[in-house]
Amino acid sequence: MVELVLRGIFSAFFLASVLRISTPLILPALGGLVSELAGATNIALEGIMLTSAFTGVVVSAYTKSVFLGVMAGILSGILIAALLAYFHLYLQTDLFLAGIALNIMATGGTIFLLYVLTGDKGNSSTLASGAVPNVTIPIIHDIPVLGTIASGHNIFVYLGVILTWLTSVMLYRTPFGVHLRAVGENPVAAESLGINVRLMRLYAILISGALASLGGLNLSMAYLTLFQREMTAGRGFIALAAVFLGGRTPWGTFIAAVLFGFFDALSNQLGSLKVPSMWVQMIPYVATIVALVVYALRKRAIYLERARKFQERHLAELQARGVHPHEAG
Amino acid sequence: MAALVEMKNIVKIYPNGVVANNEVNFSVERGEIHALVGENGAGKTTLMKVLYGLEHPTSGQILIDGKPVHFHSPDDAIAAGIGMVHQNFMLVPSFTIAENIVLGKEPTRRGLLDRAEAIRVTEELSHQYGLKVEADAIVETVNVGMRQRVEILKTLYRGAEILILDEPTAVLTPQETQDLFRAIRKLVSQGKTVIFITHKLREVKEISDRVTVMRNGKVMGTLPTAEATREGLARMMVGRDVFLEVNKPPVQRGRKVMEVQDVSYVSETGRSMLKGVSFNVYAGEILGVAGVEGNGQTELVEVLTGLRPAASGRVLIDGKDILNRTPREVRLAGVAHIPEDRLTNGLALTASINENVIVDRYYNKPFRKGLLIDYKQVNKLGDALIDEFDIRTPSGLVPVASLSGGNMQKVIVAREFSFNPNILIAAQPTRGIDVGATEFIRDQLVRKRTAGTGVLLVSADLAEVMSLSDRIIVMYEGEITGVFPNAQEVSEEELGLYMLGLKRQTPEEMEAYL
Repeated sequence: MVELVLRGIFSAFFLASVLRISTPLILPALGGLVSELAGATNIALEGIMLTSAFTGVVVSAYTKSVFLGVMAGILSGILIAALLAYFHLYLQTDLFLAGIALNIMATGGTIFLLYVLTGDKGNSSTLASGAVPNVTIPIIHDIPVLGTIASGHNIFVYLGVILTWLTSVMLYRTPFGVHLRAVGENPVAAESLGINVRLMRLYAILISGALASLGGLNLSMAYLTLFQREMTAGRGFIALAAVFLGGRTPWGTFIAAVLFGFFDALSNQLGSLKVPSMWVQMIPYVATIVALVVYALRKRAIYLERARKFQERHLAELQARGVHPHEAG
Repeated sequence: MAALVEMKNIVKIYPNGVVANNEVNFSVERGEIHALVGENGAGKTTLMKVLYGLEHPTSGQILIDGKPVHFHSPDDAIAAGIGMVHQNFMLVPSFTIAENIVLGKEPTRRGLLDRAEAIRVTEELSHQYGLKVEADAIVETVNVGMRQRVEILKTLYRGAEILILDEPTAVLTPQETQDLFRAIRKLVSQGKTVIFITHKLREVKEISDRVTVMRNGKVMGTLPTAEATREGLARMMVGRDVFLEVNKPPVQRGRKVMEVQDVSYVSETGRSMLKGVSFNVYAGEILGVAGVEGNGQTELVEVLTGLRPAASGRVLIDGKDILNRTPREVRLAGVAHIPEDRLTNGLALTASINENVIVDRYYNKPFRKGLLIDYKQVNKLGDALIDEFDIRTPSGLVPVASLSGGNMQKVIVAREFSFNPNILIAAQPTRGIDVGATEFIRDQLVRKRTAGTGVLLVSADLAEVMSLSDRIIVMYEGEITGVFPNAQEVSEEELGLYMLGLKRQTPEEMEAYL
């Protein structure tokens, strides 16, 4: 039995499924990262994903256009983000309270609209949702193993990788990204150099909304091709955890999201074992908690190490000048 | 030829009614180092914030190169060639030095940040002006001196011709100060103009060409440094006309209530802020600590009250060492504290007056009933204290944050006085509060002293120290440099000379009186 699981894990299909399962974490996590670095933690990722997942399905079903569905999904996500930004940046409400309120609104609102449109409170199976196409990468597709892992996924999977790279370039290589990070770290300093703190945070939250909405669309128009109530199942929050676990860097966040995706995929594999399914389903969430504890401990160690280095350096400088620290000053 | 900077009849009145600048005239010539001196609160920083566009003058005119200008924000001032290095640095800690210097005005290549160019520009500026920095070091890993050089380079990168340095030496070690002075001279030799805010007269003499003295929001005069004597400047800075009338029965000095022995303190950045400070406080006297702010008084008070760890020394109360104990242990030894920063250290702003009054004793009878607080007793005490200390409030249940500054301070005084301390440490007890409350608190301090409590009074208000104290010590650069056993017999000019480091007594002279 264990052998079966191990063989399952080390197969190309399993790795391919890790990638697929990670994508709806990677995309919102990137969104969480962008707004986090600008100094506005986006707690509403979950609600944004849910709203976009719903909007995408409905619009694609009624217009018969996948493209329009995706566009409408993204717009609806940006709209929720804009609401968050308006509450937080312009009405000065607490960011967390506003985020939580939007999440609850998204949960209730999608179920309500689903019922109005389909008469069903559970899922949208009566609507014919569009599905984004899969991409076959020429040449690589025909290479055994690698082809299975890397080719034939839906567009979102590739977007996840590409957008991680783009986010990284944006944050570290463009003046826009540098300003965004400066605003998050020392808003007073940024302001004194003529950078508009509120505007930068607005941009960051809107970008965050767009990225999170891709994660939602991934769930309802690729991973599945229908909307289910509460189908995000906490992914928006796990994505936020991935931001911190990944050390608030794009590739770190990517790796953390893939790690969570791995445990998710693992729990699917373990479904074949005679373990109660609730235990198996807990794995991704327990892994998240463990990962965050590890992160907190590591962060502390880094902080202490940095403080120690600074002291050493300072003492060495004083010594080089021939001053005993007690007499300096 | 017109002066490079000309500020005419500048008046700045803050919304709370404080007149920070009163008809100030100030001018700076091209290529000079102009020192702007005065005590804390004299209006130097406000004047410079007006020049830098951070504050808008209530009235008055600014001319740059003879042309009138109106600065709406620092951006306008920067465009006019003015740069300011603030006391609190404005840097992004996780960015490199080069990134901080170019922030907001980055060099780009094809839309992307040109890091190589940023480093090149940084190194070029660094070399040109002799301000040594490591372009690719992360700011949070470098020392304060280098951070300050980064701040100066930031202004130069933005094309500053006039540099305002707000108390740049306050955070520096003496060696770093010398490095900074060398850099300033180099800046001026390359055509820059420097305005240097300080209250250290030694630095004025060493670095400046001309000096302007401010006091109480007014300019007392501008003169060439070569013609200024330190004594003359000191008189202009601290000389006061008003002497407070305080009714005070003669001192009845009792036993030693606190013995401070050889206390030293080194700051997080490695600066030695207290260098072997020793003195005694006796029952029934007010011992005043005079000194220009930033000479270790804040650190002394926080070390004595357990808020900061001292590096060495002993503080004995009835033979028991209370140094480096927790604030609660210090209080239980009979030490009351009116903190300098009442909003952070003195009060819980959202809690009620009554709750603030019992924060140091809620765990004792009669305020505790089993595991709960007996609010009947709490409110009884609160009401009594509100009455006794004349706290102006509708009730004891309102949050402290809703009170005026003077009434907030009365809440602290009520708490600190009502636990019958043996020694009371009062730091800036009347700063920023109205005249009525000020008089009330001074009166209470004198009463407490007459009733036999030892009082250690730290205040930047020289008149307050002189009129309330029985004995005065002067702190200068973390040391006690003078002691005056009879506060009535010393003049403010004399104290000023000690406060500014122009005179000092030998340890032998002081020994008998400390």
